[in-house]
Amino acid sequence: MVMSNNTEKKEFVITVFSENKVGLLGQITSIFTYHNVNIESLTTSESAIAGIHKFTIVVCETPERVERMVKQVEKRVDILKAFVYEPEDVVMQEIALYKVALHKNVEQLVRRYQLRILEISDDYIVIEKTGHKNETAELFEELKPYGVYQFVRSGSIAVVKSRRELLDEYLEHMNQLRERLENESSNN
Amino acid sequence: MNEKRLMTGGEAMLEVLFREGVDTIFGYPGGGIMPFYNSLYDYTDRIRHILMRHEQGCVHAAQGYARTSGRVGVCVVTSGPGATNTITGLADAMLDSTPIVVISGQVPLSLLGSDAFQEVNFVGLSQVVTKWTCQIKHASEIADVMARAFYIARSGRPGPVSIDFTKNAQQELVELNYKPLNFIRGYVPSPEPDMEQIKEAARLINSAKKPMALVGQGVTLAGAEKALDEFLRKSGVPAGATMLGLSAIPSDHPQYLGMLGMHGCYAANIKNEDCDLLIALGMRFDDRVTCAVNKYALNAKVVHLEIDPAEINKIIKADAPVLGNLAETLPLLTEAIETRQHNEWMNELKEANQEEYEKVIKGALHPTEGYIKMGEVINAVSTAYGDNAVLVTDVGQQQLMATRYFRFRSPRSVVTSGGLGTMGFGLPAAIGAKLGTPERDVCLFVGDGGLQMTIQELTTILQTEVDVKIILLNNFYLGNVRQWQEMFFDHRYSFTDLIDPDFELVAKANKIGYTCVEKREDLAAAVAEMKASKGAFLLEVRVEREDNVLPMVAPGAGVGDMMLEYKK
Ligand SMILES: Cc1ncc(C[n+]2csc(CCOP(=O)(O)OP(=O)(O)O)c2C)c(N)n1
Ligand SMILES: [Mg+2]
Repeated sequence: MVMSNNTEKKEFVITVFSENKVGLLGQITSIFTYHNVNIESLTTSESAIAGIHKFTIVVCETPERVERMVKQVEKRVDILKAFVYEPEDVVMQEIALYKVALHKNVEQLVRRYQLRILEISDDYIVIEKTGHKNETAELFEELKPYGVYQFVRSGSIAVVKSRRELLDEYLEHMNQLRERLENESSNN
Repeated sequence: MNEKRLMTGGEAMLEVLFREGVDTIFGYPGGGIMPFYNSLYDYTDRIRHILMRHEQGCVHAAQGYARTSGRVGVCVVTSGPGATNTITGLADAMLDSTPIVVISGQVPLSLLGSDAFQEVNFVGLSQVVTKWTCQIKHASEIADVMARAFYIARSGRPGPVSIDFTKNAQQELVELNYKPLNFIRGYVPSPEPDMEQIKEAARLINSAKKPMALVGQGVTLAGAEKALDEFLRKSGVPAGATMLGLSAIPSDHPQYLGMLGMHGCYAANIKNEDCDLLIALGMRFDDRVTCAVNKYALNAKVVHLEIDPAEINKIIKADAPVLGNLAETLPLLTEAIETRQHNEWMNELKEANQEEYEKVIKGALHPTEGYIKMGEVINAVSTAYGDNAVLVTDVGQQQLMATRYFRFRSPRSVVTSGGLGTMGFGLPAAIGAKLGTPERDVCLFVGDGGLQMTIQELTTILQTEVDVKIILLNNFYLGNVRQWQEMFFDHRYSFTDLIDPDFELVAKANKIGYTCVEKREDLAAAVAEMKASKGAFLLEVRVEREDNVLPMVAPGAGVGDMMLEYKK
C-alpha cells in the first residue's frame, strides 16, 4: 500500500534525548534541513539525568513526515531516543521578554496581568511573561501601540503529561541489555 | 593481550586495525597522516597497504573489499583534500549500507579551527554521509573511538564511519588497552524479533493468492541466503531481487523471476498490479524499484522484514512490519507459515517473462547480425566463468545490462553502486573486490565514460598486480544519458558523444593485457584469451553505439507500464 497522501500540517512537539557530545545539534537540525522542514522553535539543555541532553523542537508538519524525520534522528548513534507529541499531550511554556517604552498604559498592563518587571530605567521597562506562545504573542500585540523596542522569546520547553519520562524505560531496557552482554562475555 | 608498553598514536591505530583482523588497507599518504604512515612502515608484515591513485579510489576499493569479503573495509587518507576526496565514496557506502571505516588525518589540536594548511572541518562535512563520525583529539582516545567505529560500521544495518585523526594524537605516546565493543546505549543495531509481528506476517502469507517476494541486500548482509531458500521453498512464493539483492538467490532458482525495477524483468513489474501480497526482505523500496510510487502495489498488502526501523513506512506502508535481523526473523517466519505452492501464479509470471525473452532477451543475447550487442558480451563472459564469477560494474548502460544478464551461483557476487550511481566506482571497487575474495574471479564491466573517471587506478593494478578482468563495453557515448536523450529529449545528444583515448595504449602503458573485439565471430576467442591470461586484462568490445537498455519503465511511469520495445 502506498503511503496516504495526508498533506495536512499540524503542530508537533518533538523531544530528543542525546549523549552530551559536540555536534549533535547540527546532526539533528541537518535532518530537518534534509526534509525541507522549518523548525518553529528549538531549545536545548541538560536533562534531569546527568550527561544526557534534551532538545525540545516544535514543528508544523504532516504526521508522516514527522514520523520519518524522527526515525532518522533516532537512528543517529549518539541520539538515545526521540518522542513525538501533539500539543495536548504535553505541558508547554515559553518565556518572553519585552523591552517597552514607559507609558502609563504599560504599567496598567503589568498590573493587570501580574507581569514580572526585570528592569526599569528612565525611558524603558523590561518585562517578562511566561506562558503559551499564543499568550506571549497576544501581549506583544497589546504592547505594540506603546512602542516595543525589543522582543524575544525563549522557544518552547515541555514536560509530558504521563507520570514518568519515557526515556527512563529505554535506559532501563538498555541497562539490562548491557548487563546481559557483560554476563555473556564473562561466562565465555 | 594488552601490552604494557608505550607506543605512538600512529602505532596504536595500527595495533587496533591488526586486532580487528584488518589484513588490507587502501590508502594515500600526506602531511596530516604522516606519523601513521611512519608506523605503518613497521607493520607491512601484518597489514597490506594498497596505494591507490586517488582517495576516491581508496574508498571504492574498501567498499569492493567489504562487499565481497563481508568484513569492514578500511581506508587511510591525509587531511584536507585527502579527506574531501573520500566524500563521494562515503555517500555511496551510506546509501548502499557498506561497512567501511575511513581514517583521515587532521591538523594538530592546537591548530584546529584556524584555517591551517590542509585543514577542513571534516567531522562537519562527513556527518551527513556517514553512519557515525568522530574526531580523535588525543592518543588516549584511540582505543575507545576505534572500538566504536568498528562496532558501528559492521553491526545492524552496516554503513560508513569516518574518523578524523589529529596529527598530535598520532604522535602522542600511549599505552594501548583495546577491547572490541558490543554495546552503545544510544544504539540498537538490530531490534529483537517480535513473535506477534511474525505471526501477523505469516497470516498474510498463508492467505495470499498471488504473493511476490522482493529480495534485497539485507539478505546478503545478514548472511541469510540459506534461510531465504528455505523460506521460498516452503512458501512457494516467486521472488525478484533488487540490484543489490542479486546473488542472494541463485539465478537458476526455480522460483526466481529476475531483477526488479526500472530495467528489471517484465514479470515482476507488469504483474505488480495483480499481486495481493509483497514480501519485502531487507530492501527499501528505492524509487528505481517502485518507479511511480502512487502506481505501485495498488492491490497488495505488504509484509516488510527489515533491520532498520526508519525504513518501515518510509515509502510504502507496511501492513505487517517485521523488525529484526533477517538471519533471525526469516527462519522464524518460515517456521510460522504453511507449506504452499503457487504453480498457477508462477506460470502466469513465467509467461510474462517468456514474452520478454522473445521480444528482448533473445535479440540481446543471441543476435545474428549487426554490431556486437552489450548483452551478448555479458552472456559470453558469464558463461565462460561458469556463472560463478564476481560481477563488478561501473554505472550506466553497461551496469544495467550486466545486472540483467550476468548469472550468479553463489552469494556476495555482485558489487555495484546502486543507491548513489557513482560513475568511476567500478575500477577501484573491482580491485578491492578481488582483494576481498582472492580465490574468486572478478569481472568488471565498465563503460568508456566511467572508466575515464578513475582510469588512474590501472596503475594501482600495475603496482600491486591485482588480477581483475576488465570488460570495457565501448559505445563511444555516455550511453545511459544518450538513451534518455533519444527517448525523452527528442534525440538531442547534448554533450554525450565521447572521443576516447586509445585504450590499447592506456593498457600497454600500464602493462595490462589487452584485446579489442569489433566482430561477433571474434568475441568467444577474446573472452577465452582474457580468461586464460595471467593477471589483469582489459578486453575492449566495440558495441553497437546506440543500443538501448530494455525493457524500461519510463521516468514518471508506473511499473505496470513497462515497455518491452522502443521504436527508433
Ligand atoms: C559521477 C557521475 N556523473 C554523472 C553521472 C550521470 N550518468 C549516469 S550514466 C552516465 C553515462 C555513462 O557512460 P559510460 O560510462 O560510457 O557508460 P554507458 O552508459 O555508455 O554504458 C552518466 C553521465 C553519474 N551517474 N555519475
Ligand atoms: Mg559509454
